[in-house]
Amino acid sequence: MSVPLLTATGLTRHYALPRTSLLRPAPLLTAVDNTSFTINAGETLGVVGESGSGKSTLARMVMAFETPDAGEVLFQGQNIHALPAPELRKLRQQFQMVFQDPYGSLNPRRPVGWSIAEPLRAIGEDENTNRRVKEALEQVGLHADAADKYPHEFSGGQRQRIAIARAIVTRPALLVADEAVSALDVSVQAQILNLLMDLQDDLGLGILFISHDLAVVGAICDTLLVMQHGKPLEAGRTADILRNPAHAYTQSLLTAAGVHT
Amino acid sequence: MNRRLPTNLVIGAVLVALVVGVAALSLVWTPHDPTLMNIRGKFADPSEAHWLGTDQLGRDVVSQLMAAARNSMTVALVAVLLGGSIGVALGLFASAVGGWVEDGVMRLADLGFAFPALLFAIMLAAVFGPSLSNAVLAIAFINIPIFARVTRGSANQIWTLDYVSASRAAGMNKFVISRDHILPNIAAAIIVQATIEFAVAILAEAALSYLGLGAQPPASSWGRMLSEAQTLMYLAPQLAIYPGLCIITAVLGFGLLGDGLRDISDPRLSRQR
Amino acid sequence: MLELTDYSVNFSAGAALRQANLTIKPGDRLGIVGESGSGKTMLALSLMGMAPDGATLSGALCVDGIDMTQRNEIEWQNIRARRVAMIFQEPMAALNPLRRVGDTVMEPMRVHEGLSHDQAQARALSLFEEVGIPDPAARLRQFPHELSGGQRQRVLIALALACNPALLIADEPTTALDANVAVLITDLLVRLSQERQMALVFITHDIAAVARATQDIVVMYGGDMVEYGPTAEVLKTPHHPYTKGLLDALPDPSRTTHDANGKRRRLPTIPGTVPQLQDLPQGCRFAGRCPVEVPQCAAQKPATQSFAVNRSSACHLNEGAKR
Repeated sequence: MSVPLLTATGLTRHYALPRTSLLRPAPLLTAVDNTSFTINAGETLGVVGESGSGKSTLARMVMAFETPDAGEVLFQGQNIHALPAPELRKLRQQFQMVFQDPYGSLNPRRPVGWSIAEPLRAIGEDENTNRRVKEALEQVGLHADAADKYPHEFSGGQRQRIAIARAIVTRPALLVADEAVSALDVSVQAQILNLLMDLQDDLGLGILFISHDLAVVGAICDTLLVMQHGKPLEAGRTADILRNPAHAYTQSLLTAAGVHT
Repeated sequence: MNRRLPTNLVIGAVLVALVVGVAALSLVWTPHDPTLMNIRGKFADPSEAHWLGTDQLGRDVVSQLMAAARNSMTVALVAVLLGGSIGVALGLFASAVGGWVEDGVMRLADLGFAFPALLFAIMLAAVFGPSLSNAVLAIAFINIPIFARVTRGSANQIWTLDYVSASRAAGMNKFVISRDHILPNIAAAIIVQATIEFAVAILAEAALSYLGLGAQPPASSWGRMLSEAQTLMYLAPQLAIYPGLCIITAVLGFGLLGDGLRDISDPRLSRQR
Repeated sequence: MLELTDYSVNFSAGAALRQANLTIKPGDRLGIVGESGSGKTMLALSLMGMAPDGATLSGALCVDGIDMTQRNEIEWQNIRARRVAMIFQEPMAALNPLRRVGDTVMEPMRVHEGLSHDQAQARALSLFEEVGIPDPAARLRQFPHELSGGQRQRVLIALALACNPALLIADEPTTALDANVAVLITDLLVRLSQERQMALVFITHDIAAVARATQDIVVMYGGDMVEYGPTAEVLKTPHHPYTKGLLDALPDPSRTTHDANGKRRRLPTIPGTVPQLQDLPQGCRFAGRCPVEVPQCAAQKPATQSFAVNRSSACHLNEGAKR
């Protein structure tokens, strides 16, 4: 592969904390510090860390919800934070996101078909909307009839499938999954992980998979980035890191996942 | 689970139904022409023909109160709709754009808050002459910052929800998101606010008319009836009491209805009481 | 000290807990594992006498040999805190944000045991030390938002220990915590149980935490206790098909992720989803999703079969093949 799907270089993001004094500038919290990574088409990069490690901020920068204070994100060679708003909106169909909470990520007042069709409406696609919504539903293992039902009629796992259907309906090249299986039961979690792997094989998706659970990441990710306090601790092939963690913090995550090395 | 409606909601709804019903009825029927004068029959006691008697010009009090109710409702409705629409639009806009635009809009709203409505109405009257439509404009104007603030506050909460982020990820522009996701989810809060502001608008209209800046003769208005009756307080106190009671009923009704709606739309608030 | 005999919790929609049998002795550490809808939270609430309104209770729930099944709220209040205490999943939500944590911990001692302020404060201080809160005297005066998630959970554990309970129920105590903090809290609960000879019921969906913390384990599905036994044995050689499916579905970092052809391995899954309470099959709750189902499964509830010492499972296929 000549050009990687996504390259992030030196990403840094600060947040201003509440001022402690009128005279001094507000203190800064460094949420993400000088972090770089690459995602190739058809590959999964796992980002692991505890809450406050900066992994969600990283996802929000890749999704262009937030602008980094330093560094850049190149998606298919284009710096997404430098694009004018209309072009960014057009490019967005190429990178989509799945959220943690399957109860909060669907508008409860709209039928799920409406939510799934939203990315299509954004690019002004009208003719094939119904057909593509049904295709997406079937791709995630749900019946096409589901489009007319409301979110409360589905279980947590089914809602997460619907959220994935919405994310793939524009046939994106990159999927950002922020703790996408963390709120699910173990047996449902396995189903969703398998679904992501199937979709990846079928569609050649690149996936940025964010999780606090090293065991889950180990099952799906090709490469791994371990973060703590906003800093990248170690990065490499998943199998290598799991077999031979270089950092004590990675080791403690492995212990918590029930692995004794 | 016990799903009884809150008492304030029930009482409010009954009072509002009464006032609105009377106002609607006055469109098609009043016992007499509210503007018909009969100097020989002035200060008449209540009778079969005049249920609450007549005033200093011999006009039928019941008919005047009914026509005034209609005027009052119309003024409040137009003012709240007008001010509310502009305020909601501003609030949604501020919340969607964020940053210094949001700060700017909200500081302007603060400026609006700081501006007394009566002063503004007097200013309008001074420039354009006193009239009912100027009163409507003045009341609408004070509603703008109130709705802008409520809208922006509720909208900011909705913007943090995942399905709104999902919509942004889908490439939707912020104004479509405001229409599709934000507005439907804050509608309840806005309706509650509108009901309460309706009560405030009725009161404001009465106050402006009392000062002679609202409804002009011969149009009936509770506020003007009050000011006309003021000079006759010792002669005919009932002429001041009737419109006063009407104002209390209408304001209390809409106020209680608004409180009750808030209680059922946000159970957290009512449980704290 | 606590015994359940054919204990059931019924709602109009169906049974949330079916004929549970369980004995807890002082110092036992019991894990209860299950997914959403398995009835594990209903079990925990029942042990505290907090089954929701509208539930019909049957069977027997004995605390210290006294059947508490039909007792009222007042009688349960004498049991709670002093005999049976509980900690919850979300430490922030379980603490009053407007009260200093020291006052929160001292309250039950003063109410239940009539201790003076100074006595209660001394006890709170020693409890904070016992649960490993650094600089306990300063922490007593702090508010919940000034503490980290792990510290808050330690405060809640101190609160639960305030009246020296004989049984501590921990409902998903580590779910809201970061992974490495969760390990510390799990180890703390084990240490407290050992030092105080206090029984611990550890309710979770986290198999790694249960393996670390408990001696025995109950696996629940759809309101039934489907398997019981020593934790290490059950996790190594599960008898019930649901337990097998659950353990297989767990990602295991030590397993290779690619097969011989270089294709990524899929995780083994349990097909379908947990049905709603009213849609659960009348017989074995797992019928319809079970890979080894036989015709009688959907109609007839399998009896609990005992194997060797301390090991049992409720599955029709085990009936013929007693070990």
